[in-house]
Parts: sequence; structure tokens; C-alpha cells
Amino acid sequence: MKTKLRIAGLLTAFSFIIYGLMRGEASVVLNKAVNICLECIGLG
Amino acid sequence: MKITYAIKRKLLQFIAFGCSNAHLLNFKGGKIYTGKWKQFCNPGLNCYSCPAAGFACPIGALQAVNGSRQFSFSFYVAGLLLAFGVLLGRAVCGWLCPFGLLQELIHKIPSPKRKLKKGFLYIKYVVLVVFVLILPVAATDYMGMGKPAFCQYICPAGTLEGGLFLLAAHESLRKAVGALFSLKMAILVLTLAGCVFFYRFFCRTLCPLGAIYGLFNKISIFRLEVDRHKCVGCGKCKEVCGMEVDPVKTPDSAECIRCGACADVCPTGSVCIGFSTQRKKV
Ligand code: SF4
Ligand code: SF4
Ligand code: SF4
Repeated sequence: MKTKLRIAGLLTAFSFIIYGLMRGEASVVLNKAVNICLECIGLG
Repeated sequence: MKITYAIKRKLLQFIAFGCSNAHLLNFKGGKIYTGKWKQFCNPGLNCYSCPAAGFACPIGALQAVNGSRQFSFSFYVAGLLLAFGVLLGRAVCGWLCPFGLLQELIHKIPSPKRKLKKGFLYIKYVVLVVFVLILPVAATDYMGMGKPAFCQYICPAGTLEGGLFLLAAHESLRKAVGALFSLKMAILVLTLAGCVFFYRFFCRTLCPLGAIYGLFNKISIFRLEVDRHKCVGCGKCKEVCGMEVDPVKTPDSAECIRCGACADVCPTGSVCIGFSTQRKKV
């Protein structure tokens, strides 16, 4: 049972990652991460 | 000399800390790294506004995408968290997270050590649901953009790793300090003080990432198992556990960070930790 859950979990994870990358989510992450985040540092 | 889990773990924790924070020269000019690697997330909590950080923080990234104008759910970050969770569960916390290592080092400051009341453990789930999942999507401005509420109101890692260093380097940022910064500083001071007295105070009470990974401990491929045939019930494993878990009773506890301290201390070698364990079925 656990093995089936693990396989299902990993397959879901990889499909999520690929779908997210295809629709351009990585660029939103990059854009947020390369600019100083005012919320993180307590000013935003 | 026997290479214990304690030695292996400390080594890997420092290596992971170094890999997550390799851009040390940025401290000099108060800059942050702006290269392409930052589209990838670190498995552990490490603020992307820290000058040395080379990757994105998964909790920050999740809030950023969920609260963006284009998307309301990040399949990319959710997929990464799911993959880390299924592969490692909370071993990420025990072996790879930079902020986890920091807390362990702070806990070494000599002081009376205390046990945490169980109720505190549930706060992190409320933080995850309210501040990470709901507020960034629900509380949007006129342009449809949400703010990363966990980063904004709580995260002491951001205040410590990003805020303090960047404010020290830039006068313009210091001029913008207000009530929000005071709130975050208060949370940081309380967190650091808590870590002196309680083992991994932030991990156990507030961290939404630890809350997520804990949910995977039941199925994660990296796991802990106890051979009940060999166990003599001495209770040494429970006694040594900083996270206050009894691995014999609850080997899959959401609080277990797979640190291996219980396996090191077990006189009969009943506790196994790793990707493949050889527990005989009871
Ligand atoms: S609970 Fe959070 S801060 Fe603690 S080790 Fe895990 S990810 Fe890092
Ligand atoms: S149960 Fe063992 S592996 Fe888990 S946190 Fe406690 S000492 Fe570490
Ligand atoms: S330390 Fe080993 S023998 Fe003692 S209770 Fe824990 S698992 Fe059993």
C-alpha cells in the first residue's frame, strides 16, 4: 500500500512540476527571488 | 571510530548550509544573488533575500506564485514539495535545512532545557493554512495581487537572514523601518530565545514547511523503523529525542526529523534509519 502511495505521489509530483514549468511558473519564482523581497525583510 | 548518525548528519547539514548560501561575497555590498538558479527551490527554509542565498525559498515561492496575477496555485512548487516529501519526509528538516541547523547551534548555548507543551505543536498547521495558503490568495489588492503573509508578518528566517544584513548595508532601507519591522523583530527575538531553551523551537511551533513535510513521514521513502523483536524497552531512544518523539510507539510521527539520535543510542541496534531498512515484520 505504502509503495503504491509513494509511486502515485512521485508521479503526481513530476506531472505537477512539468505542468507548472510549462505554464511559466518558474519565471514568477525567479522574478520574486532575484529582487529584494520587502515583505521578507520586514518593510513590506 | 564508529561514524554515528550525529557525525554524518552534522557534516551534511553544514554542506547543505554551504550549498544553499554560497554567495558570501554579496554580504560586502549588501546585494543578493540574481542568477538563474534562483528559479529552483531549496528543500529547506532559507530566505531568498539573504545575500548569500543561491536558491528560492519554497514557502516564499509558493506564496509568490499563489498570490500572483497570473496564477492562483503553484503546481511547480507544490510538485517540488510533494517530491521532497515523498522522498525524504521530515529528513529534510533533520539533514538539509539551513534554518534547522541554525536553531540547533543556538540550542547549544548553556541554559536550562525545557520540554514543549503538546498544544504548541499545532500552531504551525494554523500558520500554514492561514498565512501561507489562504491570505496570499484571498487578501488581494486592486490589481489582483496578494502578499506573502507568512513572510510579511511572521518569518524570522527572513528577518534574520535578509532583513538584518540588508538593513545594515543600506541606509535607504533603514529609513523605511516601521511597525511591521518591529513586529518581525519581536518574533525573531522570541524565536531565538525560544531556541535557547527548547530544541528547534521554531520548527516545532511555527514552521509551515516542517508542517508540510511532517505529513509525509508516514509514507516517505527515507524512514525510521524499530525492530520490536530486538527492542528491550529501555526507553533510551525516547529520552534522547530532542523532538520529544517515542520512536518505538510512533516511528512515523510528524515531529520526527529522522536525525538518528535514537538509533545512535539504542543498545540493541533496534532502530534503523534510511532509504532501506531491514525491520522484520512483527
Ligand atoms: S521545520 Fe522548517 S525551519 Fe525547521 S528544519 Fe524543517 S523546514 Fe527548516
Ligand atoms: S525519533 Fe529518533 S530520529 Fe526521530 S527526531 Fe527523535 S531522535 Fe531523531
Ligand atoms: S533504545 Fe532501543 S532498545 Fe531501548 S526502547 Fe528504544 S528501540 Fe528499544
